[in-house]
Amino acid sequence: MKLPIPEFLKRYWHFLTRPLALALWIILAFGFFAGIIFWGGFNTMMEMSNTEAFCTSCHEMRDTVFQEMKTTIHFSNRSGVRASCPDCHVPHEWTHKIVRKVQASKELWGKITGKIDTPRKFEEHRLQMAMREWDRMKKNDSRECRNCHNFDSMDFSLQSKRAAHMHSTALASGELTCIDCHKGIAHKLPDMSGVPGW
Amino acid sequence: MNRRTVSLLWLPVSAIILYLASITVLQGADNQPPPEEVESLRGAAPVGEVPAAPDLKKYPKEQVPMDLQFVGQPPLIPHSIRGYQITANSNKCLTCHAWENAASTGAPRIGISHFRDRDGKVLADVSPSRYFCTQCHVPQANAKPLVPNTYQPVESLKKP
Repeated sequence: MKLPIPEFLKRYWHFLTRPLALALWIILAFGFFAGIIFWGGFNTMMEMSNTEAFCTSCHEMRDTVFQEMKTTIHFSNRSGVRASCPDCHVPHEWTHKIVRKVQASKELWGKITGKIDTPRKFEEHRLQMAMREWDRMKKNDSRECRNCHNFDSMDFSLQSKRAAHMHSTALASGELTCIDCHKGIAHKLPDMSGVPGW
Repeated sequence: MNRRTVSLLWLPVSAIILYLASITVLQGADNQPPPEEVESLRGAAPVGEVPAAPDLKKYPKEQVPMDLQFVGQPPLIPHSIRGYQITANSNKCLTCHAWENAASTGAPRIGISHFRDRDGKVLADVSPSRYFCTQCHVPQANAKPLVPNTYQPVESLKKP
């Protein structure tokens, strides 16, 4: 036996299956603006986390590597150009940046568990952390160095003799990359015994 | 009064005269201004004042190796060493000047004396007592000597 369907339900069903043309536009507009807000918010958050102020808001970075960096040429120099933390430690191109950011999110876990929250713990992990950065730089051909230092723009005649020799041979041929020689240029080095070239 | 007594009387008198004379002379010496040509390195400014600091000297990035002045002089560093770390962890100098690296970098090798410990025993690597390079080797800025001196290198080190 078929149950009679009430008229108002039929009408309601009809309303649901054949919505107003306007509703589609409203949904589209809503999605559009929500997209702007989410995407903008996402990028704003990402930019916010890509600042020196953010990096040094935890004492793990502020009291150790940031202090060491202050005396180096990448922090203060005659021309007033400064490379801050993310300039070297976060890729500048979007896709690589996202990958790195996701990898770096595990540092939050390190922060919570206090992996390097004392100078002693920091020194114990310094080699491990440094090797991770050297390895990353080696694999991407020192991409973050090259954001500012362009091999094609180097004038060997203005470099010291030995620097010009190294750059025009090993670096030019791609045999070595920046980080192979320029380790510890912005931070204190860990125990280098066993590291090639040291 | 015989002559002997007179001379005995003179003894304390002459002592007093000598004492007074020495006081006068020594006090005079105290009060005398120091000779003109002697001037401290901080200049003529009174002790309470802070004289303006002289300009900082800049180390040249690279210069020709400097001549030795005496036999056994630690050679001067003819380049800037800004940011070179010499710590218990690492020694930046040795990345070029160590024997195993000198061939590829073209830098002068560290002296053979650096492989001997203080008892003269030859070691397989740089003696810890020679590890901190800048204890003896220093870079040089082209600065006027603070005090004039007439030092001349020994004959064997003089350049013709």
